[in-house]
Amino acid sequence: MARRGKAALEEAAVVTPDLERSATKAESRRGFLMALPGYAYLIIFFAVPMLIIFVYSFGTRSATGKTILGNWNLESYRRLFDDLVLGIIWRSLWLALATTVICLLVSYPFAYYIATRGPRLRGLLMVLVMIPFWTNFLVRTYAWRLILGRSGPLAAVLGFIGVGEPRLLFTNSAILIGLVYGHLPFMVLPLYASIERLDWSLVEAARDLYANGWKAFGKVTLPLSMPGVVGGTILTFIPCFGAYIEPELLGGAQTMMLGSFIENQYYAVSDWPFGSALSFVIMALMLVGTIVYFRKGGRSA
Amino acid sequence: MTVQSAIRRRGPLERVLAAHSWVVYLFFYAPIIVLIVFSFNDGRQVSIWQGASLRWYRQMLEDQALLSALRNSLIVAVLSTLVSTVLGTATALAMERFRFRTQRVYDGLLYLPIIVPEVTLAAMMLVFFIQAFDIIGRITGSTPNLSLTTIILSHICFNISFVTVVVRARLAGLDPNLEEAAADLYASRWKAFRRVTLPLIMPGVLGGALLALTMSLDDVVTTSFVSGPGSTTLPVYVFGLVKKGVTPVINAVSVLMLLVSMTLVLGSLVVQQGGGARKARQRKKEAI
Amino acid sequence: MKRLTLILAVIALLAAACGDDEGGTTTTEAGTTTTAGSTTSAGPAECALGETDGDLVLYNWTQYIPTGPDAEEAGVTDLLAKFEEEFGVSVTQDYFTSNEELRSKLQAGATGYDVIVPSDYMVSMLITDGLLMELQMDAIPNFANLDPEFINPPFDPEHRYHMPYQWGTTGIGVAWNELPEDFPTSWGLIFDPANPADLGRGQITLLDDAREVLGAALRYLGYSVNSTSETEIQAAADLVKDTLNRGVVATFDSDTFENMLTSGETIIAHGYSGDFFLEFDNLSTDDYDAWEDFGYFVPDEGGVLWVDTMAIPANAPHPCTAHAFINFLLDAENGAELTNYNWYGSPNAAAEEFIWPEILEDPAIYPPPEVMERLEFIADLGEMNALYEQVFTEARG
Repeated sequence: MARRGKAALEEAAVVTPDLERSATKAESRRGFLMALPGYAYLIIFFAVPMLIIFVYSFGTRSATGKTILGNWNLESYRRLFDDLVLGIIWRSLWLALATTVICLLVSYPFAYYIATRGPRLRGLLMVLVMIPFWTNFLVRTYAWRLILGRSGPLAAVLGFIGVGEPRLLFTNSAILIGLVYGHLPFMVLPLYASIERLDWSLVEAARDLYANGWKAFGKVTLPLSMPGVVGGTILTFIPCFGAYIEPELLGGAQTMMLGSFIENQYYAVSDWPFGSALSFVIMALMLVGTIVYFRKGGRSA
Repeated sequence: MTVQSAIRRRGPLERVLAAHSWVVYLFFYAPIIVLIVFSFNDGRQVSIWQGASLRWYRQMLEDQALLSALRNSLIVAVLSTLVSTVLGTATALAMERFRFRTQRVYDGLLYLPIIVPEVTLAAMMLVFFIQAFDIIGRITGSTPNLSLTTIILSHICFNISFVTVVVRARLAGLDPNLEEAAADLYASRWKAFRRVTLPLIMPGVLGGALLALTMSLDDVVTTSFVSGPGSTTLPVYVFGLVKKGVTPVINAVSVLMLLVSMTLVLGSLVVQQGGGARKARQRKKEAI
Repeated sequence: MKRLTLILAVIALLAAACGDDEGGTTTTEAGTTTTAGSTTSAGPAECALGETDGDLVLYNWTQYIPTGPDAEEAGVTDLLAKFEEEFGVSVTQDYFTSNEELRSKLQAGATGYDVIVPSDYMVSMLITDGLLMELQMDAIPNFANLDPEFINPPFDPEHRYHMPYQWGTTGIGVAWNELPEDFPTSWGLIFDPANPADLGRGQITLLDDAREVLGAALRYLGYSVNSTSETEIQAAADLVKDTLNRGVVATFDSDTFENMLTSGETIIAHGYSGDFFLEFDNLSTDDYDAWEDFGYFVPDEGGVLWVDTMAIPANAPHPCTAHAFINFLLDAENGAELTNYNWYGSPNAAAEEFIWPEILEDPAIYPPPEVMERLEFIADLGEMNALYEQVFTEARG
């Protein structure tokens, strides 16, 4: 609609510049009004709460764990550089990255396979992907606890083969498995959407051009599906970074991640200023990272 | 040039891809199978098999607290999905098809709820509601409570973002010529929208709605922060059970939810196919 | 856009600042509003014995009070249904999973709860925060049923804000068969690398609680659970860290430690008495006695004695019904049913004649006096609490 309007306006501009101006204004206003309800909602129920928390991050924790909004200070922000905090951030970063890479490597061929089936089969296969994720997320993650446990099916199978007793549960590996499991669909969906919409004639042409099929893939298919890759990696990496449930249920004694740490600040320690400062910095980092990533990889998954 | 012929040349690779996909499906379904199998376990132990029985299903149906939590979950999920789908679709349309002044800022704002760590979002909403209630209480004399409403309001927050992202993706991939043609055809903008744009973006809208529904049904952290007396939802209840003492009742509940969602999805597929078949028959008629 | 942001910032500041006004104080504390807008606890309610003023909303731990099909299965009275019948009101029960969650909700100003069940140390914190309502003693005559041991505890010396609910100990649960015949009944089972020497990886769970874990370490080192000495606390934290580095601790878990013990995931579990007993009892059938394979003991060095309590939030909507409920639970028969259901100790002396003998006679549930002597309540240490939390998180790093 904008395009049509613009073309018409360009014509009209020659004759009636005032008309052009008011028409553009009307278009713009219509757009603004359409976005207004959602905009207003997010302002009231998100931006304002966020600002309140931001204010909290400069406050102090009282002896009993209440937040005192008086002696404004940067203490909470200074504490962000403690070894403990940096260590936890680093571990979370690492796990999120590992999860994202694994998800990508597993999902791409998977999504490609599904996207290249016939239309009816495609739909069915995608539904089959979604169905497991319609059970409660908490219970699914808990199920992994059973599977990876000492007396679980995995241990039984491995014992049968004769590999011995691996200690999987309550380690970083267990968290990794849980994270990958929980976030595969977030990678598969955008990838599938992107690959499915590919113009296959281009792929075919590429195959004719490059004798090697892999080269065709690298030069044409992959770049064309890049929006899907970008969308999928963002939808996977960010939730993984701040994940709470998987580390709680599957993690061990020395595997504390960011999500649990922040939750600890709000609950057990009751240090809301520190928790808020931490949250804000993480949020800012993620935002900057996302913007940069978007610019490089292109928008619209 | 069909897709099929594009791949048929790559025989062995095709088989590898197929095998890979089988393994992935197995990975997806392993925990589900474990859940289902152990929901019929006679013993209390969630991991040691002691014979088959339906006792947990019976217990689930008698557990008032669980059933009311389930009801709350459904109410919250449906309402928040409806509102966020409408708002999100409108926003997506506005962002993709129009240009207005504060667009860039709004763009950033839209992504924030997804970027914020869950716990922070939860804490934000709690403090906001309490302060808001306080102010309302001062003005009107009666202080509202944390309730299903506060949960719904919080869910809409992050769901708007999800729906918008999905619908925008769909919109961005559409052929703009279609919409231009529609604008020429139909005198009214609304008609052009309803007849052409809306059906075109419908898969995106449905996808977004589905995503919002799932996120709402699964939400634990935010919900537990902003729920009040009598407004426990299923995931929060389950979280409490997991923390206090696990019995296979949880498995039974999961299987139930699985069946419900499967029925919903398969049902909607059948309806779609039915609609498609009817249209195909109509076209055939007209052709003749 | 800049103007909009500015306006928003002002609104946010105002909203935060308006949380509590006491007429021009320079610092404002967020979330302390009661309907009266003061930071002191509400005065005693004006309630007659047995008077009710509306339905009851109970905020409790899960599976702590017999009700519904669970109660039936355990062979115990459905206490909530009984209360509903006797007093003609309906009861809604909501659940929290940690004391901190309870405190966060109340501190943020959540209303609607009539009776809450905080643990001992949390009571003193809530009193300091001004979140509890003073009890009206003549509406709770069953107070006379209480065992003197639990009257006027350190966390609420004049007994103005709470009534004891159930009590228990924290100790160690073990799988007999996996340990050598003469293993030490001491915290050394966890902390001493020499004993047992061949403990494999991840065979121990610890509670996910700074005070409990550090408390155990402190007792092992010969100090008090409520130590205020930084050196002692740090020594305890270092001991914990060394234990973690040995790789013998699977995870920190306050909720499913008993399940993990009985399912063979671990062989040593740091946990609460009642949780273990309930699990062992549930596991036992006519053919199988779980107590032959598993057990629980309080270590020789001593440990933690804890009591969960009933209290009324300052902004409770139905204080009279709340008083009636508390009095109801302090009744001899009702109190006994509580214990018969959750296998924790009852602070109610009069209830003893109605408690099942196998519970009363179990020394792990009702320890003999010489053991009771070595047990301590966890006390609220004010500013020191933060230190415990901090070193605990660091040790887990």
